[in-house]
Amino acid sequence: MSDHEYTPKSKFGKWFNDRLPLLTLSNHLTEYPTPKNLNYWWTFGGILTFCLIAQIITGLILAMHYVASADLAFGSVEHIMRDVNYGWLIRYVHANGASMFFLAVYIHIFRSLYYGSYKSPREIIWIIGMIIYFLMMATAFMGYVLPWGQMSFWGATVITNLFSAIPLVGESVTNWLWGGYAVDNPTLIRFYSLHYLFPFLIFGLVILHIWALHVPGNNNPIGIDVKKPSKDTVPFHPYIVIKDLFALLIFLIVFAFFVFYSPNILGHADNYIEANPLVTPAHIVPEWYLLPFYAILRSIPDKLFGVIAMFAAIFVLVILPWLDTSKVRSAIFRPLYKQFYWFLVADVLILGYVGAMPAEGLYLLVARVATAYYFLHFLVILPILGAKEKTLDIPLSLTEPVLGGSPNEAIIKKKKEI
Amino acid sequence: MKIFFKSILFSIIFLFYAFNSIAAEQSSKLLDPGWSFKGFFGKFDRAQLQRGYQVYTEVCAACHSMKYLSYRNLSQPGGPEFSEQQAKIIASQFEVTDGPNSDGEMFTRPARLSDKFVGPYPNDQAATAANGGAYPPDMSVLVKARKGGADYIYSVLMGYEDPPSDIILDDGVYYNKYMPSNKIKMSQPLMAGAVDYVDGTNTSEEQMAKDVVAFLAWAAEPHLEARHKIGFRAMIYLFIITILVYFSMKKLWSRIESKV
Repeated sequence: MSDHEYTPKSKFGKWFNDRLPLLTLSNHLTEYPTPKNLNYWWTFGGILTFCLIAQIITGLILAMHYVASADLAFGSVEHIMRDVNYGWLIRYVHANGASMFFLAVYIHIFRSLYYGSYKSPREIIWIIGMIIYFLMMATAFMGYVLPWGQMSFWGATVITNLFSAIPLVGESVTNWLWGGYAVDNPTLIRFYSLHYLFPFLIFGLVILHIWALHVPGNNNPIGIDVKKPSKDTVPFHPYIVIKDLFALLIFLIVFAFFVFYSPNILGHADNYIEANPLVTPAHIVPEWYLLPFYAILRSIPDKLFGVIAMFAAIFVLVILPWLDTSKVRSAIFRPLYKQFYWFLVADVLILGYVGAMPAEGLYLLVARVATAYYFLHFLVILPILGAKEKTLDIPLSLTEPVLGGSPNEAIIKKKKEI
Repeated sequence: MKIFFKSILFSIIFLFYAFNSIAAEQSSKLLDPGWSFKGFFGKFDRAQLQRGYQVYTEVCAACHSMKYLSYRNLSQPGGPEFSEQQAKIIASQFEVTDGPNSDGEMFTRPARLSDKFVGPYPNDQAATAANGGAYPPDMSVLVKARKGGADYIYSVLMGYEDPPSDIILDDGVYYNKYMPSNKIKMSQPLMAGAVDYVDGTNTSEEQMAKDVVAFLAWAAEPHLEARHKIGFRAMIYLFIITILVYFSMKKLWSRIESKV
């Protein structure tokens, strides 16, 4: 928050701003003091905002041509691909956009994990972010069902069947979700309805996410509190805007490469076969971004506990700010945490890999070990590290190389008073 | 900046490796006759697509439908590009049921450009029943619906062999090197000389297989040429604007002693 009061220059601006302080908001957004040492891992917030808006716009156009009906959905997608002007472009941007969205969100989340951005006073930002991530997975899953191909149908069948693991009411809940006794037309229509709704919920949560961010301000690679505004900060506009734009353009080059030259490589060939309840595909695999959770689900022999483990895998992330008890934010000053961080990255990649493989033999064993390690990292290693780890000395500010600081400004003040 | 470029470099290496390993995995198994439509500037060969259409309509269409294509597609840019007149003649060779007319009767008439390709069977069940219980898949998006795409379809067409002595096949089941189970219910569809090409191209099995698969690849992705063309322009545009933004950013940040 900028400390000074903002008054619009023009008379009309002042009149308007007194009634609806839009100009104050826009002034806050442009002046917003941002730590000047942010690296490029911090540009993914802007990239994600772009992804969300791109998905909403392309989705809006697709919705004008798509027909949510078990008999017509597959054909309407082909209609979009063949007859709608640039329909192929819109659809490929939307389909690959989902993958790019998840690529960006994973980088965003792992950046937060590395630099401890989820720690006090940013817990609410983190929790809202996790809710967004969860809604993104639900939205993407339902979106993948809409073309009504074989993977759509069987993916929907596998995932909705998970709810039948709930004791006593499982079957009723599943039937209620389906709107019948199997995945069919009513399921498709409600998924379409929700797939249209969720992005706007995400949009609202993104506003809260940014609002919550603007209260304490950005974390930074050093992980110490920064005085705002000061010589450690730069105004958001134009410095961060142009840096985010540059990073976004690099991201768009990768994005465009997929859309124009490999539009189907991230999807599954079976989804170009129309859904057929009588023929089960050889391997039912979700989209790549859900694979780690799919691996966790399948690594538990019991269905109910598998489902619980899968949801717990997300829940441990939600309560992460209280599991990681270390006061030091950035991994730069946490030599042990840094190593465990990379173990976790490897662990999640391994989970993703075995999630795509058949759940048998060595793959199943690896999936079980990796699942166990995932929970071990959050539930055991992090709390122990918080208590035992000897952290390195922290600088007092971003500009002065004087050591002896602390991540929390208030503590420094107290120290000085003593 | 250094770390950033490093990460970009890593991701490029990763992508390259991923694509390579996918390509390597497939090429060791599947035949690749070299497609004109692959690569950054890939385009279809018009004459090949026209020959491919001939093979499709004279051989494949006996069992396989192509329900998402219309006759007008045959004359559209980026495809076989028959003249509109030729496409009209092609369409008029098929009969479609239309109606009801003002008397409430259904009637048949020759197909027009706006009609979808007429299939060989009235419905999927009839198609399945007529083919010994194996549904001949619709060919509109077949190339995209199979792992390995065009290479895979081509390989299956070329993969008919006498079964090894230890495999005994039922009646109406054939041995194919490239099918996942090595069993296929379609008899070898292409024999040398199965069609007579108007342009005098030789009608060897390879040639016909290549032509028809190219036609199927176009059918599955009719806007592929437009995609490659727009893609190339988009890439050039993105590279230029990225460089411009990079230098603007450098200039702006030169006021701050911090590096970007």
